[in-house]
Amino acid sequence: MAADFAQFFLNSLPDLFNGLGYTLLLTFISITAGFFLGISLALGRVYGNKIVNGFCVGYIELIRGTPLLVQLFIIYFGLPSIGIIFTPIQAALLGLSLNSAAYQAEYLRGAIQSVESGQMSAARSLGMNKLQSIGHVILPQALRISIPAWSNEFIYLLQYSSIAYIIQVAELTAEGKFIAAHTFRYLEVFAMIAVIYLVLTIVSTEIIDRIAKRLSIPGIGAAKQVSLREG
Amino acid sequence: MAMLEVKDIYKSYGKVPILKGVSFTMEKEETKVIIGPSGTGKSTLLRCINQLSPPDKGQVWLDGEEITNPKTNINKMREKIGFVFQDFNLFNHLTALRNVSIGLEKVKKIEKDAAQKRALQELTRVGLEAQVGQYPAQLSGGQKQRVGIARALAMDPDVILFDEPTSALDPELIGDVLDVMKSLCGKVAMLVVTHEMGFARNVADEIIFMEGGIIVEQGSPKEMFTNAKMARTKEFLGRIGALYGEDETGG
Ligand SMILES: Nc1ncnc2c1ncn2[C@@H]1O[C@H](COP(=O)(O)OP(=O)(O)O)[C@@H](O)[C@H]1O
Ligand SMILES: [Mg+2]
Repeated sequence: MAADFAQFFLNSLPDLFNGLGYTLLLTFISITAGFFLGISLALGRVYGNKIVNGFCVGYIELIRGTPLLVQLFIIYFGLPSIGIIFTPIQAALLGLSLNSAAYQAEYLRGAIQSVESGQMSAARSLGMNKLQSIGHVILPQALRISIPAWSNEFIYLLQYSSIAYIIQVAELTAEGKFIAAHTFRYLEVFAMIAVIYLVLTIVSTEIIDRIAKRLSIPGIGAAKQVSLREG
Repeated sequence: MAMLEVKDIYKSYGKVPILKGVSFTMEKEETKVIIGPSGTGKSTLLRCINQLSPPDKGQVWLDGEEITNPKTNINKMREKIGFVFQDFNLFNHLTALRNVSIGLEKVKKIEKDAAQKRALQELTRVGLEAQVGQYPAQLSGGQKQRVGIARALAMDPDVILFDEPTSALDPELIGDVLDVMKSLCGKVAMLVVTHEMGFARNVADEIIFMEGGIIVEQGSPKEMFTNAKMARTKEFLGRIGALYGEDETGG
């Protein structure tokens, strides 16, 4: 029994590794692209004029107000009808990035707003312009404050990138489904996959914790922020 | 020509008028103290001078340049106006040294080593050479405020605005900060909002008494303390003297 499972496990490994590669690709690209877009949206919300702020609010509400799955369907199945065609992996990367950006924007906005207003006054009083004040004073604090929320977002993406299997991306869950359909060993396959996600989650949480500790500065609490995306 | 000229400043928040025509001048290296009851607009006045809260009406001139002119590069002007805050507003994510050097590096574009060398000099000047590597959260209130003063000094300002620099401090820490301020007397112009009557009496070249958004009276400490013309001034000085024990601090 054990030997049989070991053999099955080894046979499945290449496919699972393939899938894992896609899962990690989706996660890393989406968290990174989502971060840069999210930070722009957050800055637009806090410091933008009415028009910029309105645009950012509209985007964030639109994304957060609709299911990720529907967003992926629109990108992958919907857009071709107006001539915009993506491969599955492109569609998944785009959808997850755009989606994550909205959530990251909200974490970052909360973090930016939790930096006391006196910090901006002090920066401007030294003669820094607004951009310098944001870059040298506000963001270094806000980014540290948002690490816990960001860590949560990373794990969310790691796990929920599995939704990409619905638009034919051969990520980890999709590979599992493929193996299971051919071997009928559903329980073993999905147990393996669950273990892989679990290990990934534990390892990445640990890594992010270590990064957070290295970046931590006395007095800049990570505890300030709470609003986390529900898994 | 005065170094700093504040001319008929008006400022409202919403419909509430806070400053109702405030004018005064300051000379190079002069020390002026502003006193007056809470809510009178003293902080608002300081923030109008460096345009953190632009006035609705009136002008501010520094070295013959009009700060309030929209065409003026306000960031360039602010380099010349130090600001020391009641609640310090040190940059929380930077060490004491970097708090002082960051303005030199990012605003004056001085090379990092030179900027930090200068920052160390300023921190030594305020007695904090041992604290250069500490973050604000690791400093006492008095130390924080001295870093705040060093941060302002490092920019070589023409004038430093102090907004109740000792009000947030435990009584036993006030003396250190006042001593540092006294040591700056005659080296840089200082405009100090404070309730420390000892400091006002012994250090100020002139005292301005503000109430209700206007300057009620101004004069030398001697005139103000012994020979105030306005009844309101006498009353306020009497009350505040009793409250803050003018002989104990800043003397
Ligand atoms: N940003 C602001 N918005 C609205 N009202 C303000 C603001 N800042 C100050 N005020 C009000 O202006 C008045 C004067 O405030 P302030 O200048 O801080 O007085 P002081 O420093 O003399 O105690 C107060 O009534 C205060 O509530
Ligand atoms: Mg005040």
